[in-house]
Amino acid sequence: MLKLENVKWTAEDGNEILKGIDFEAMEGTLTVITGPNGSGKTTLAKVISGVEKLACGSIKLGETELAGLDITQRAKRGVAYAFQQPVRFKGITVRDLIELADGGKVEEMDVCRVMNKVGLCTQDYIDREVNDSLSGGEIKRIEIATVLARKDAKLLVFDEPEAGIDLWSFNGLVEAFEELKSEKDKVLLVISHQERLLEIADQIVVIDGGTVRVAGPGKEVLPQLMHGEVVGDCPVGKERA
Amino acid sequence: MDKITETLLKLVSDYTEDGYKGAAFNIRENGGCAGRQSTENIKIEPKEGGKGIDIYVAPGTKDEKVFIPACISRSGVEDLVYNDFHIGEGADVTIVAGCGVHTDGEEESLHSGIHRFMLGKNSKVLYEEKHIGTGEGTGERKIDPVTECTLEEGSILEMNTLQLGGVDHSIRKTRGTLDKEAKLIIHESIMTDGDQYAMTDFEVSMDGEDSAVDLISRSVAKDDSYQEYHSKINGNARCAGHSECDAILVGNGKVNAAPELFAGDLDAALIHEAAIGKVAGEQILKLRTLGLTEEEAEQRIINGFLGA
Repeated sequence: MLKLENVKWTAEDGNEILKGIDFEAMEGTLTVITGPNGSGKTTLAKVISGVEKLACGSIKLGETELAGLDITQRAKRGVAYAFQQPVRFKGITVRDLIELADGGKVEEMDVCRVMNKVGLCTQDYIDREVNDSLSGGEIKRIEIATVLARKDAKLLVFDEPEAGIDLWSFNGLVEAFEELKSEKDKVLLVISHQERLLEIADQIVVIDGGTVRVAGPGKEVLPQLMHGEVVGDCPVGKERA
Repeated sequence: MDKITETLLKLVSDYTEDGYKGAAFNIRENGGCAGRQSTENIKIEPKEGGKGIDIYVAPGTKDEKVFIPACISRSGVEDLVYNDFHIGEGADVTIVAGCGVHTDGEEESLHSGIHRFMLGKNSKVLYEEKHIGTGEGTGERKIDPVTECTLEEGSILEMNTLQLGGVDHSIRKTRGTLDKEAKLIIHESIMTDGDQYAMTDFEVSMDGEDSAVDLISRSVAKDDSYQEYHSKINGNARCAGHSECDAILVGNGKVNAAPELFAGDLDAALIHEAAIGKVAGEQILKLRTLGLTEEEAEQRIINGFLGA
């Protein structure tokens, strides 16, 4: 189980982005974290993976307290994180990244297994460098593949996996999430606004202004999301008025 | 041939216990010849005075390799050699030309290889060159290669050069002229550390219509080492020139990149890209999320960048 208690994070300029996040997520379930832009969702994903250091609070994965561990230590304890903005490398190929994710030499079949899930043909991509020659959608799918390749993963965090991905590949991705769920031993956290993902979520956590506005079973929270959402007033407009 | 030379040969070329397995080769050791073999299609002939060799590749030769490594296995050797490659029309061959310098004393050792490539019409050459310096001696290990290439119509020369540490001082000079539809592709990777110095001095002229140059230089300057990069691409006809110079700095490493483009024709399309900086923090973060430590991540990024 993943358990977050009073997770806070403050930006360098003193602005408190996460103001005390609490929620739990169970193995074999999919939790979708959603909320307005700038509400702190990506920061939360970074804090969980260790890319950002949390100011205070507790993040427990099973019996392991992650709060005092760095990125590498968390990765070795099964935390896998797909970046919202994938990183590009000169001279490092898709095969290299998959091998690093898998922890050793991988057979062509293993590569195919993860590449199929993200809708990429292994033959066409395996030896390509993860550089500027890849489109936004391609590199996003490769980023997801590097997380799906993590055999030792206990917690998988995906930050807006649907961004830049075409409809056909997206269907494959939904299937991949369903498959991960059925393995029953992994906690799945997905930051998303995508309705289809919200529909298959076991739990939905709505983050707003750095706090949890509502968290609960997907079937209960989703209808609330669809009602009562209003576009925020623009202060500039107000000043002029 | 001594043991050090044998070790160097394994490091810089595909040398095995069985030698080069039926391929044409010429092994140069401390300024002398330590072995030579020609084949039916590739003839290697010594120049007068032992100052080098002429390599003749017969027209139409396909899928053959020729090895011309040069090694210095002790301090105090200064070796200057001229290797001329005459590539026949339509030939398609691979040339492996590594260079290793070992010093165990205080005196410096220097190898200067002057390679001249004359590529016949529609011929194709893949040229691979590795440089390495070894030994505990304080004497400097220097390698100064000069490459001059003349590419006739439709010919393609692809050069892959790699120098990964151990060489204290290196000046690599490359000159080339390209005829109609000829293509020159260069990938060079250089890593310097300690207080080493490496300089790339490249000038090529595209004189024929639809000729093309692609120069990709990747360098890593570690510790207190210093690298310089000067390139000049002249487009004198309708042609395409591209150069890309990327450098990663580690520690107090310094890099000076000075690319130059000359367009002497309205239809010369010339592009230069250059980037110098330390290893990107986000690249390290990504690899750390896959379980690598910060040091392992940096090393992996550098190795990938250099193609090591």
